[in-house]
Amino acid sequence: MSQKLLEVEGLTTGFRTQAGQVLQVLRNVSLEMQRGETLGLVGESGCGKTTFGMTLLGHLRPGGQVMAGSVRFEGVDLFGLGPDELAKIRGQRVAVIPQSASSALTPTMRVGEQIAEVLTLHLGLAGAELQERVLELLTRVHLPQVVELVRRFPHELSGGQLQRVAIAMGLAGKPELLVLDEPTTGLDVTTQAHILDLLREIQESTGTAMLYISHDMGAIARVCDRLAVMYAGEIVEDGAIDDVFADPVHPYTRGLLGSVPRLSYAGLPQAMAGRPPAPGEDAVGCAFVPRCAFADETCKTIDPALEATSRAGAIPHLVQCHHWQRVLASGASGQMRDLKARMEQDAEAEPLLELTEVDITYAKRGLAALVARWRNEPEPPTTVSGFTITIHRGETLALVGESGSGKSTIARTIAGLLPPRAGQIDFGGQDLASAVEGRPAEMHRKIQIIFQNPDASLNPRHTVKQILDAPLRLYFEMDGKGRLDRSGALLEEVRLTPRYLERHPGQMSGGEKQRVAVARAFAAEPDLVLCDEVTSALDVSVQAAVLELLAGLQANRGAAYLFISHDLAVVRAIADRVAVLYQGRICEVGPVAEIYAPPYHPYTETLLAAVPEPAPGARAQLLAKDVPEAEPPTRGCCFQRRCPRRIGSICDDEAPPSQFVAEGHIIRCHIPLADLGESQVDLISPAEIATQGAVVDGK
Amino acid sequence: MLKLIVQRLLFSVITLTIVAVVVFAMTDLLPGDWATAYFGKWATEEGLAAMREEYGLNRPATERFAEWVGNALRGDFGDSLTRKKPVVELIKFRLRNSLLLGGLASLVTIPLATLLGISAGLRRDRAPDAIISTGSIVGMSTPEFVIGTLLIWALSVGLGLFPSMTLGNPDAPIVDLLPNVVMPTMTLTIASTAYLLRMVRTITINVLTSEYVEMATLKGLPRARVVFRHALPNILLPTINIMALMLSGLLGGTFVVEVVFNYPGLGRALVDAVSFRDVPMIQAIALLWAVMYVFFNLGADLMTTFLDPRLRSLRG
Ligand SMILES: Nc1ncnc2c1ncn2[C@@H]1O[C@H](COP(=O)(O)OP(=O)(O)OP(=O)(O)O)[C@@H](O)[C@H]1O
Ligand code: SF4
Ligand code: SF4
Ligand SMILES: [Mg+2]
Repeated sequence: MSQKLLEVEGLTTGFRTQAGQVLQVLRNVSLEMQRGETLGLVGESGCGKTTFGMTLLGHLRPGGQVMAGSVRFEGVDLFGLGPDELAKIRGQRVAVIPQSASSALTPTMRVGEQIAEVLTLHLGLAGAELQERVLELLTRVHLPQVVELVRRFPHELSGGQLQRVAIAMGLAGKPELLVLDEPTTGLDVTTQAHILDLLREIQESTGTAMLYISHDMGAIARVCDRLAVMYAGEIVEDGAIDDVFADPVHPYTRGLLGSVPRLSYAGLPQAMAGRPPAPGEDAVGCAFVPRCAFADETCKTIDPALEATSRAGAIPHLVQCHHWQRVLASGASGQMRDLKARMEQDAEAEPLLELTEVDITYAKRGLAALVARWRNEPEPPTTVSGFTITIHRGETLALVGESGSGKSTIARTIAGLLPPRAGQIDFGGQDLASAVEGRPAEMHRKIQIIFQNPDASLNPRHTVKQILDAPLRLYFEMDGKGRLDRSGALLEEVRLTPRYLERHPGQMSGGEKQRVAVARAFAAEPDLVLCDEVTSALDVSVQAAVLELLAGLQANRGAAYLFISHDLAVVRAIADRVAVLYQGRICEVGPVAEIYAPPYHPYTETLLAAVPEPAPGARAQLLAKDVPEAEPPTRGCCFQRRCPRRIGSICDDEAPPSQFVAEGHIIRCHIPLADLGESQVDLISPAEIATQGAVVDGK
Repeated sequence: MLKLIVQRLLFSVITLTIVAVVVFAMTDLLPGDWATAYFGKWATEEGLAAMREEYGLNRPATERFAEWVGNALRGDFGDSLTRKKPVVELIKFRLRNSLLLGGLASLVTIPLATLLGISAGLRRDRAPDAIISTGSIVGMSTPEFVIGTLLIWALSVGLGLFPSMTLGNPDAPIVDLLPNVVMPTMTLTIASTAYLLRMVRTITINVLTSEYVEMATLKGLPRARVVFRHALPNILLPTINIMALMLSGLLGGTFVVEVVFNYPGLGRALVDAVSFRDVPMIQAIALLWAVMYVFFNLGADLMTTFLDPRLRSLRG
């Protein structure tokens, strides 16, 4: 039997636009997969990863068409099959695990039935045997209380649980090939770590081949043996994962890897210039020319072909670049730069914002609260409790934690959108009135906020000029001409040209919109900017650019940031100090260098261990129990239910003491510092990174 | 579940109370009173006084409202001003006639529109969809009186199949009404099917392009199972509320169709009552409509809550 499972040859697909034009998405893609192989597919958003993954099931989204080439599964051309023959392959021989399980499961059907139907259809199971097999599959993906779970509807499960159900559904038909489309995007790092481990385990025990689509290099490093890099619908590099990560030969791969912030390295990643072409923006020659430091005349006129490099190995190493030898010879040139000058932790740093023992609750207010009290309902624990922190002028304080930990709640309170229930907030030495209406305009100006999703925060009907004009008009006495000049200057500062003034948000990419949002915040010349997950909706390459921008602006303007993120690597790259939050309670706070070195708080340790690093061989080392929590516990340590190092009933009953590790570094835990110091988590040293972090030479 | 039903019922009662107040206020507290409205410009001092005396219009509004509600609860809406007979007697048969017409129309419309809407959605942008959609646009943009007139011209003037006008009394036995009800039913059916099927088609297309239907297809399930098990419940659930709205509109009688065909239903009764300023009659019909509207919406709400697992656990 041949080992070859899948052969894609010269595949070109396109879709028809409203105007009747056919735009190419995939261009001449050729690729083979062996039985049991795990192949990662990376690339920026919109480069055609999902489109490619779906063709492996003979599926095209509405309007899509195959223009040339073939996808052969065990020698059978999938696009030559009729619907009935395709249905026999789908689910049984090739299965897909969708990007977002919450929208891919049918809301009106019990999860058990959705798995059972695959078993009935493909394996002909029925009755008790069927029931048993469903339970077995759910247990397989480590779901709890499976007997009760099969009767639930999708909306009754958490995101992580749904993703597991989707994996069980994919495995049900015992497929030979699994297509996973960003199966962990949107999940917390700890949940993601569990799912990645599960995938690895399944691969080892069943020998199922996997195509793992993601823009998260770290996740791919943990699951895959081989990596393919896609740019503008073409495969530009393809090889063993260790080879590609250790020394990428395509300039795009180098740029992509270089823009990933590393947990183990303090410093900003190198942003890649430009953006990928949209479908239809076809040019002659190499599609990467406008962004490539190695481009020359040959690149502009001749389309490079995918060719083998000289590197020997079990998995051939292919690259699509005229000058790969030159790229390779240039060495691991541009190291990640420690652009941001770290603030010295001196006592003179002037406090800007001080929160003291702040409690925040979403509990009922007013009449509803009276009714609840009258009915003797117990008051729910506060969402944020005893929150005490100081932000100094010009520093970046990061707030990290999983979803639901109360990060955005705190930002909303500082912005005055949600009054605290107790505690004191001082800004620049003055008491900050809690409600936004009670604050003077000057205070509004000094505190600005940037949100995760620029689509939601920028008015789609306004031009960039109007967007930037609003704060200028509100806070400064300037004439029209002055405001226009200022808007232009602001755009230059966020590295957009004044040509963007006339554009609407709909005419810009995600990264460009986020820059406009940053420019708007800085138009007010704030002292404090609240950045709420500002890069999590962006590609790594765009994220790197926005991080660099924020760091640069801070250096010039001296604004302080409250930087909220769930991504520990991003935080390490940009923060001066970090507060780790669990269920609205601070577990650990300290300077960034202290946080990322032992002793760790058990929760910090869990988070750090869960982050997949884009380095071969990196594995999760210590995991907390994967149970979603609805409410913080009323007594004891907030992390008691999930803590992997829990020492006993003291954790449940007594609030952990604040232990002072070093200047400004506090850990709240019952475990003595000496024991906390013996961590099992070992971040890769910067020396090792130096050999990996090859990035594009900036000419 | 029980808690939810009680809650919804309570809410309906509140809605109805508000409606009753509004109806009463509109007809009773507007400038002038029934008497001036009734006599119009032929009012004489003596006539007005006599009428005010007879209907107790000199008493305070609150007192009269309480009395009106009290009587209405016992099914007594007073006497019609023009016919001098109890309103209930007059409305009874008209309500029956409207229910007959609306009921027949709904009986055809709901299955027909659902079927056509789903078929069009399933074969989006292909011949069947093009035909159905064009038909529905034509149906929707043609006013009911035009449809009615065309039907009269074709079926009764041309072919002589059905009588074009209803000549019998409102209280004629149902059997006698049957030939008269055919064409109004057709008119109503055409108009409401056109409207409902477009809604169903849109919902169908949304569901069919959803990720979960794509996923079901990619699991290798046969098309029939994808459509009936995965898509259909999600198409039907949101249509229940639209149907309830339509039902309360159809069953309460429809002005245009009843006027065109001279059909003795509630819609025409209201037109007459308004033109004769027959206040007790107007009040009774308005209240009846409100009751129907609230009733059908309550039914639809309870039904969707019962059928939709998301709502069930949310409100459980
Ligand atoms: N049927 C279609 N109709 C319109 N546009 C399409 C269609 N199919 C693909 N595209 C376009 O083709 C490009 C590739 O899409 P695809 O979803 O494969 O990207 P991706 O790499 O998966 O991106 P992401 O990382 O954001 O998921 C996008 O620009 C997309 O808008
Ligand atoms: S060197 Fe030339 S061929 Fe290679 S990636 Fe750059 S532009 Fe493309
Ligand atoms: S106090 Fe106990 S439960 Fe809390 S983090 Fe420390 S060991 Fe874990
Ligand atoms: Mg995608």
